[in-house]
Amino acid sequence: MSVWEYANPKRFMQVSARVLPVVVGLTVVSLVTGLIWGFFFTPDDFRQGSTVKIIFLHVPTAMMAINAWVMMLVASLIWLIRRHHVSALAAKAAAPVGLTFTLIALVTGALWGQPMWGTWWAWDPRLTAFLILALFYLGYIALWQAVDDPDTAADLTAVLCMVGSVFAVLSRYAVKFWNQGLHQDSTILKVGEKDPIDVAYYVPLVVCILGFVLLFVALVLMRTRTEIRARRLSALLAQERLA
Amino acid sequence: MNALLIRDLRLAFRAGGGFGLGLAFFLLVAVLVPLGVGPEPATLAKIAPGILWVGALLACLLSLDRIFALDFEDGSLDLLATSPIPLEGVVAVKALAHWLVTGLPLTLCAPMLGVLLNLPGPGYLWLVVSLAAGTPALSVIGAFGAALTVGIKRGGLLLSLLVLPLYVPTLIFGAEVVKRGATGAEALVPLLLLAGITAGAVALLPFAAAAALRVNLR
Amino acid sequence: MIPDLGRYAVAVLSSYGATIVLVAAVVALTLWQGRRVKRQLQEVEARQGKAKTNG
Repeated sequence: MSVWEYANPKRFMQVSARVLPVVVGLTVVSLVTGLIWGFFFTPDDFRQGSTVKIIFLHVPTAMMAINAWVMMLVASLIWLIRRHHVSALAAKAAAPVGLTFTLIALVTGALWGQPMWGTWWAWDPRLTAFLILALFYLGYIALWQAVDDPDTAADLTAVLCMVGSVFAVLSRYAVKFWNQGLHQDSTILKVGEKDPIDVAYYVPLVVCILGFVLLFVALVLMRTRTEIRARRLSALLAQERLA
Repeated sequence: MNALLIRDLRLAFRAGGGFGLGLAFFLLVAVLVPLGVGPEPATLAKIAPGILWVGALLACLLSLDRIFALDFEDGSLDLLATSPIPLEGVVAVKALAHWLVTGLPLTLCAPMLGVLLNLPGPGYLWLVVSLAAGTPALSVIGAFGAALTVGIKRGGLLLSLLVLPLYVPTLIFGAEVVKRGATGAEALVPLLLLAGITAGAVALLPFAAAAALRVNLR
Repeated sequence: MIPDLGRYAVAVLSSYGATIVLVAAVVALTLWQGRRVKRQLQEVEARQGKAKTNG
């Protein structure tokens, strides 16, 4: 059986109905565990004090903000190449979730930056790039809502997503060029190297990342199911009007 | 293709074609900013590169929805799509026409507005060069945005929302060239990057825009 | 119960608060849209099913 079987809306509804409760359960377990662990049972950092606890929100949401866009890009490509409606609807479903994660990353970044860098908002390259990413999400969502015909909307947003991806990457480097940052480099993959992130933070951080990944998957599944139902609803209504 | 270019230019210069609107807007921005910021020459000199680039970008944005909307409404876009010229070529010609009536005049007028904003002496050359290198990208990116939104009624605001984030790299490098040029620093690197973005956009975006037009004409 | 957060308490607490609010908002929106569409679809399907048996 090939993967493309799941692109059949009916099959997708059946499988996702079975998978969804499991994903939701795992999401709740891992998010609650990770965040409670991070909030209550991690020591304060000797330099950053208790603000280090914000890492459990900031890093996973920032990662997912970018991953959600990548997922939308892949889904858009699949739609353009293989014309699977589920794929287009999944891309549509992911956008508001991605936007929410981007906003969380921005807000927690600002709240973290205030005590650490002494300002709510610095035109730091990464913060700026995230602000631009939020604008891309807004434009994408707005285009979906502006076009009436669903297939036209899917095609246009898919093209926008591809072009937007290129420009988002360009903006990232342009912004880097424009201002040297305050952000530290990622330390997550540097365990074992010098100046790694402490294990006391590493384990709960991984749990939180897992939790936010699962949250994204659960929300996208739910929203895709809603989109499929909405599509069927409008098809039935159109039939009714014709009859 | 030449005929198409001449036709588009003629339409733009005719009354109500919108030629000059962008320029007037650019002038207004350059006049309003000192009124808002205050007349200290040092402050103005510092922000002049950014203001001139942002002004040029917004002036360019004003006339974007005209690129395809009129032809879409009266059906000539359908004719163009079925004509022997590939749709990609149509997009490129229309973007070129847009640049000739907005980007080029903006580039030529920018030094005069630089005087109003007290742009430091060495900056003028860089200002003209950077606008000449950057505004074609603005027109092509704008043509892509216009192609996406051509079927949408009152799509003007949506067009701005879609196009402005795409303008970010061009704006950053363009303003950086002038800023560095004005202070006498090395400005060649951002200029080359700016030219690179323009070249890439001009080469690739007509294809994306033509794809979007085909979807909208379906 | 709440651990001693020192002088950064406001930043940490508001970060967690803001995140919970935003996540709750997107979850609520998803559930609300899902329920609404599901209900409408069921209504239409029931109506059309009846129409078919009648006609």
